[in-house]
Amino acid sequence: MNYQFDFGLILQSLPVLLRGLLVTIELWIPSILIGLTAGFFLSLARTSKSIALRAPSLFYIELFRDTPVLIQLIWFFYAFPIIIGVQLSPFTAALLGLALNTSAYSAEIFRGGIQSIALGQWEGARALGMRNSQILRRIILPQVFKRMLPAFTNRAIEVAKMSSLASVLSVHELMYQGRLLSSTYYRPLEILTTVAVIYFILIYPGTWLSARLEKRLAAKA
Amino acid sequence: MNEPILRVTELNKKFGEHHVLKGIDFSVEQGERVAIIGGSGSGKSTFLRCLNFMEMPSSGTVSLDGKEIGKPAGKNGERRYPESELCLVRERVGMVFQQFNLFPHMTVLENAMEGLLTVKGMKKEAARDLAVKELDKVGLADKHDAYPGRLSGGQQQRVAIARSLAMEPEILLFDEPTSSLDPELVGEVLVVIRKLAEEGRTMLLVTHELGFAYHFATKVIFLADGVFHEVGTPAEVLKNPKQERTRAFLNRFTEFAF
Repeated sequence: MNYQFDFGLILQSLPVLLRGLLVTIELWIPSILIGLTAGFFLSLARTSKSIALRAPSLFYIELFRDTPVLIQLIWFFYAFPIIIGVQLSPFTAALLGLALNTSAYSAEIFRGGIQSIALGQWEGARALGMRNSQILRRIILPQVFKRMLPAFTNRAIEVAKMSSLASVLSVHELMYQGRLLSSTYYRPLEILTTVAVIYFILIYPGTWLSARLEKRLAAKA
Repeated sequence: MNEPILRVTELNKKFGEHHVLKGIDFSVEQGERVAIIGGSGSGKSTFLRCLNFMEMPSSGTVSLDGKEIGKPAGKNGERRYPESELCLVRERVGMVFQQFNLFPHMTVLENAMEGLLTVKGMKKEAARDLAVKELDKVGLADKHDAYPGRLSGGQQQRVAIARSLAMEPEILLFDEPTSSLDPELVGEVLVVIRKLAEEGRTMLLVTHELGFAYHFATKVIFLADGVFHEVGTPAEVLKNPKQERTRAFLNRFTEFAF
């Protein structure tokens, strides 16, 4: 191997890449937060007694889970504006796609979690006179949270990486900047390796924290 | 005669085609202790669970202090039960389950405080005092900070009883409270229930512990095929049953007695 690694180039590209990282984070965190919140309510609809809530939520969830994310993002940029008559910025389209996709996945995580809690927990609380909303908030969700933490961590990791797909919509996030730089300098090896390292540094602390939290929660029970 | 605190009229419960309870009429007066016995699948747990609406009756009425619960809906005696009304009923009619149903993410003390905080809206200090008092009563003063998973079955069931007692219910329902316990742990739970009997509490107990039922109850009901087959004092039903069916049931229990 006589490839000369150009470390100087990495240093030189760093400011551009870090600007991309900022956009990645701006895509990542909101789409997780929006996705989780929407996913929670979706899961309530999905497990509702009313078919009028159950059927559309099931359709929505399966639509997002069973089609490629890349197509969803492109669709939100090109097709969705035709339907609603408003042009979305690439960033908004990407955020919308990621958030809605996440909501579908987290709805299923919530549903699985809530249904994994034994019926006896509902009954024990109900017998005290607690309302369903109180039971959900005080008894079911705290137990569900612990069980769902690994699944949500996974999802958060997926979304962080998935946000790189926004580069096809020319959102100036980390991957876009990386691809731009590597084609400018013809140095994909240096640039893309650096991009990968940045993704790693971005994601790893989260997984580490979640593993610690998991351990602490497990010790409590 | 006293006005019954709880009255059941023409109570029916169907699970699909399966007719579990067939038109039961029944009432409980203040201070009565009723033991309900019967074979598995006879509907005794279902009957008990209809009294605090863990199961919704298919038809018929349940009344507390002369007031019918729910509103008529439909022509076959069905009723609609708003959540707020059921919550009030359950506050007054407590239940202890076979599987304890403690909240595993809360300590013993938190378990006993939960209903006081969320249902009664009590302040933390007041709820704690009350919960501590009830935990003392069931002999768990030293387990306040333990999680249910660390306790024996007998201890867990005593926490469940304390949790229910803390709500100061007017009637307590016990659904086979010792059936899932190892034999050596049954006694400690029965001792607690006996103590409650001595306080003059109104209680209904579904049980297979016939010996305990004999000493505990003021009235024994033998339930079979969804109807009250025989009702009377413990001596009448357990010692001198009139019905052939009751006798056959009791014989199965004494078959291996020594």
